Amino acid sequence: MAEPLLRIKSLCKSFGAVRACHDLSLDVHAGEIHALIGPNGAGKTTLLNQIAGDLSSDSGRIFLTGQEITHLPLYRRAPLGLARSYQITSVFANLSVEENMLLAIQAHHGHSFRFWGRGLKDPQLLAELGPALEAVGLSERAETIAGNLSHGEKKQLEVGMALACKPQLLLLDEPMAGMGPGGSIELSKLIRKLKKEMTILLVEHDMEAIFSLADRITVLVYGEVVATGSVDEIRSNPAVRQAYLGEEN
Amino acid sequence: MHMLSQFNRKTICIISSALLLALLPMLATLAGEPYLVSLFSRILIYALAAASLDLILGYGGLVSLGHAAFFGIGAYTVGILAHHDFEETALISWPLFIPGSDSGLVAWPVAILVSALLAAIIGALSLRTRGMHFIMITLAFAQMLFFFFVSLEGYGGDDGLTLFSRNTLPGLDLGDDVQFYYVCLALLGAFLFLAGRLVESRFGMVIRGCRESEKRMQSLGFPTFRYKLLCFVIAGGAAGLAGALIANQVEYVSPGLMHWTRSAIILVMVLLGGSGTLYGPVLGAAAFLLLEEVLSIYTEHWMVYFGPVMILVVLFARHGLFGILVGKENRHG
Repeated sequence: MAEPLLRIKSLCKSFGAVRACHDLSLDVHAGEIHALIGPNGAGKTTLLNQIAGDLSSDSGRIFLTGQEITHLPLYRRAPLGLARSYQITSVFANLSVEENMLLAIQAHHGHSFRFWGRGLKDPQLLAELGPALEAVGLSERAETIAGNLSHGEKKQLEVGMALACKPQLLLLDEPMAGMGPGGSIELSKLIRKLKKEMTILLVEHDMEAIFSLADRITVLVYGEVVATGSVDEIRSNPAVRQAYLGEEN
Repeated sequence: MHMLSQFNRKTICIISSALLLALLPMLATLAGEPYLVSLFSRILIYALAAASLDLILGYGGLVSLGHAAFFGIGAYTVGILAHHDFEETALISWPLFIPGSDSGLVAWPVAILVSALLAAIIGALSLRTRGMHFIMITLAFAQMLFFFFVSLEGYGGDDGLTLFSRNTLPGLDLGDDVQFYYVCLALLGAFLFLAGRLVESRFGMVIRGCRESEKRMQSLGFPTFRYKLLCFVIAGGAAGLAGALIANQVEYVSPGLMHWTRSAIILVMVLLGGSGTLYGPVLGAAAFLLLEEVLSIYTEHWMVYFGPVMILVVLFARHGLFGILVGKENRHG
């Protein structure tokens, strides 16, 4: 088998006495949708933060396409093909939707030490802006201040900004949380479509969505991997059923 | 339709104040109050300092309480160069002889460069912190500089330096208050125009993004530190130019120019006028200095009356006087 896109080796992270991540190893292969599930406090978001660079790791190593990124500063990871959406939406609340999106596009268009031309009139950026807004259904809302969007729309923008970075590996942290049922279905469609273009590591609580989307699933409990496997394997794994799916006998 | 009227409101405000400022010397003569010209020169100069602070405060979200350091160093650059020129002594005598200068074409660019360099040093250290720590560290740097100049006996120490005359510019007589006024107006106008382009450029977008969430900007792949540093340096350089002008206006420089209370006054001007608008701070500077002028006729404790005004503005107009004037929707930033 080819080298995995993302390889995590014996990763550890503690917050004081709390072990958020312990001797965790995980491979994500190119082209798959890999879901990360586990009960609250299992360390899913912590792991995403460590991969994305928002959190440092105590020990262990992280490789992206064979290159070690364990200690790379946050801003140097995006150019390597890593993008993420946050669980608590972190769009730029006082900027308009199009300005938000523009920043995500601008990020991979070389340096931004350009002082004269207006960002919102830059043909190079505008060429990507339309399709990027379209992709997450926000074309109509381009001029709205992002802080005034509905919760679902903020999520859409959040995902759209991650997509605009054209990543190889997309980290999605609970994209469905707080979305109405209609929104979840739309988002599932979008994620399935994205699969052709990028690899996705998905943290999600919506089991229905996960079972329909994921190629492989990893179950985390207390910062440790309990099981990794296909949807069917995970469904029928007794340890998983007990630990996570909440079956008592 | 609504958008259009909002747009017009902002344009009308800016054009009419530009017109008022352009005609001011004439109006002052008609009113028989030539003294107004030097008051408004002072307003324009502080407006430049406040607008430069707005770049980092309003757009970058960095609350600095040390902006007067750059203002003061710009003023001292002009003062020291003029001092050596008048005394016909060397500014630097080794390894090569550098004399002083009373030319604005030399002293002003040097003032900008020196304050920009100082901003690069202060910024490189202070921008590693944020929030309250950033406020304290910029304040500390400015106070260090204040005490440095207080103890610098060679250049007047506590008493400061008196300029023999204003700087020279080819074809102009800056000693003439009206001509000096128009030079200040032109420089402020140029700065507002350039800064207006800057905040809408790709660079400006990055700065505004950092104000919202620096972490998010980094995760998008922006090395935010260097952008913030350059923004800090640009703001410092512009404040240095304002300092060079104030040295000329009063023909005197003293450490008081960089005292932390001066930084606070510039900060108040930005907040009073409306941060993140560039034009707001101009309005803020005008309102502050005019109120000072009027209130101090009645009492030397004019701050007692200014305080409530400031409180009302902060409580009821979060976007300052400019926000009241142009309406909520049309603030920029």
